[in-house]
Amino acid sequence: MKPATEMLAAGHRHENWIPLLDVAVREVFELMLGCHLTEWSPEHDAVLDLTAMVGLAGQMCGLLSLRCDQKSAALMASKMLGLEPETVGPEMADALGEVCNMIAGNFKNKISGMGNGCMLSVPTVITGTDYNVYSNADSPGLEVRLLFENEPVIISLQIRG
Amino acid sequence: MESVRALIVDDSSVMRKIVARSLRQAGIDLSQTLEAGNGAEALGLLRENQVDLILCDINMPVMDGLEFIKQLSTIEKAKGVPVIMVTTEGSESHVVQALSSGARGYLRKPFTAEQVKEHVVPFLGVKS
Repeated sequence: MKPATEMLAAGHRHENWIPLLDVAVREVFELMLGCHLTEWSPEHDAVLDLTAMVGLAGQMCGLLSLRCDQKSAALMASKMLGLEPETVGPEMADALGEVCNMIAGNFKNKISGMGNGCMLSVPTVITGTDYNVYSNADSPGLEVRLLFENEPVIISLQIRG
Repeated sequence: MESVRALIVDDSSVMRKIVARSLRQAGIDLSQTLEAGNGAEALGLLRENQVDLILCDINMPVMDGLEFIKQLSTIEKAKGVPVIMVTTEGSESHVVQALSSGARGYLRKPFTAEQVKEHVVPFLGVKS
């Protein structure tokens, strides 16, 4: 694998980071939630009205986002806390933000040379679907679509490098 | 195994609970668990409470984990208490900075209970 500095300087389109992002996502769900994510398929479409975001700054600038619906977010929190999904309250946004944060950290630590040169923001979680994101990305974003307990989750990474 | 009083510092309440649960899963008997949402809160708790172990995130608002470790030496009750960083920031520079500031160990999120055991138990003087 080429180091991150070389890839970013050369203006690569980062498609070969998609498998790393995919692995980073799966590891977080397996280690912290005890769940194996499965392959996404179109029939599992849903209104993804919760979005967690973590900013990246430094050698690689960008935005990593995790989108899912309320049911999935509640299920994530319940698995992380050992609670019944129906009893999950304000912890839901906190849990979703932490999952997003761990994915971002796990992903950047998998890229050669990126760990030292890229910092993460604390996560932000927004609700609803009627919004636009204006990022300073200068390349097509990466996207990983997977199923968490048969519910879709979409992880996107917008990069400016 | 002797019971342990732990302070868990993380801006995520969910993560604080996960860390506490992972400590129990690692076989550590927690007699008391204090929680703080940032380094400044943690320093306040340490002025009033004696603990045996501190687990601390790095990226936090108000006061981050690295600044917290630097200021820890000013608190008499915290002297000699092992600090383990628990964070998504797994870069070499962060590890070096944390260890040179006084952290005894470093645990990268996401983690397993086995990794918690491996990184924490040795500092409690407990045979794993």
